[in-house]
Amino acid sequence: MTTYLQLAGLFASLSLLSIGGGNAVLPEMHLQAVRGHHWMTDSQFADIFSISQTAPGPSILIVTLVGYGAGLRVGGVPCAILGGVIATVAMIVPAASLMYAVTLFWQKAQKSKWRIAVEKGLAPLTVGLIMATSLVMSRAADHDWRAYLLTAICTAIFVLTKTNPLIVVFAAGVLGYFGIV
Amino acid sequence: MSEVDPPRESEIDQPREKVSLYELTWTFNHIALASFGGGLSAWSREVLVVEKQWMGEAEFLSAMTMCRILPGANQVNMAVFAGSKIRGLPGAVAALFGLCLLPVVLIMVAGFFYFRFKEIPAVKGVLHGASAAAVALTLAMVIQTGRKCLTALMPVLLFAAAFILNGLLRWPLPVVLAILAPISLFWAWPRERAV
Repeated sequence: MTTYLQLAGLFASLSLLSIGGGNAVLPEMHLQAVRGHHWMTDSQFADIFSISQTAPGPSILIVTLVGYGAGLRVGGVPCAILGGVIATVAMIVPAASLMYAVTLFWQKAQKSKWRIAVEKGLAPLTVGLIMATSLVMSRAADHDWRAYLLTAICTAIFVLTKTNPLIVVFAAGVLGYFGIV
Repeated sequence: MSEVDPPRESEIDQPREKVSLYELTWTFNHIALASFGGGLSAWSREVLVVEKQWMGEAEFLSAMTMCRILPGANQVNMAVFAGSKIRGLPGAVAALFGLCLLPVVLIMVAGFFYFRFKEIPAVKGVLHGASAAAVALTLAMVIQTGRKCLTALMPVLLFAAAFILNGLLRWPLPVVLAILAPISLFWAWPRERAV
């Protein structure tokens, strides 16, 4: 029981602190899960981090696995699942509620100058930030020249053709499965 | 029948037909599952802006930065933004469920294998390839959105500054935004009677 309360308390507070995305609170999460509560070891934390980065869905779902690991200490798999659910809900609900309030306000501000300025002004800025993201992603994902080549070819396909991206990602996955990249 | 309709609020921002909650959930579920290997923002744009046309390009991009400024995972925030724009609170909940439900189940399955057998079968190589393609999808998004909004000197400068500070120099996002957001808002502020 205390573990579940600790999970809920920890992630509810991290939720509102995660300004700039979930990765911002990763160091604190690591500290609490490994040193503070001894829910898992250092290397387990590193492993679940990489699982959560590549699994489909928001990367913040690392908290599901922290909750799972913590619950596993309480009892068996059912307790682990409960821990995962509690951690996920605690991490999502506070920040999502805040976002909902902001969206309501934003929808009302339809014609305000602020809204016009934000939509026009932040667009180029955002494109620059996305390019920064793809640089960081590429450093993590592209290990050698073959992976870079695959990234380049896929980019050309996405930009120049109307191929369904899912087909391209799937094909790249098949190449990876056979060890070609 | 009568020719005089009661005056309606202009609803330029609303999609033409009412989107069902089921469709919202299904769409965000599709976005989440497609992002196997990464590239969730690129997938969101692909589906929300290009395919469904629920949001305009500028609206999507500015919402993305708002989602990054506010606490919470960017994509979770984007689901709340899009969901509540389309169907209010039920829409936000439906989009959140779509985005998270299946991924949570899948990651718990992965967690089960990991904590029991210390490895997850047969995904490593696949992820290798899929991640390279996910990077490509994100890069393609830069090119596609850049073509539309980098049409003058000032936007190009803002774009370049954001990339250099955040991507190359690795300054933290709050610092980059504290410097660049006021400049870009000042540039974009609508000036009355501008000829």
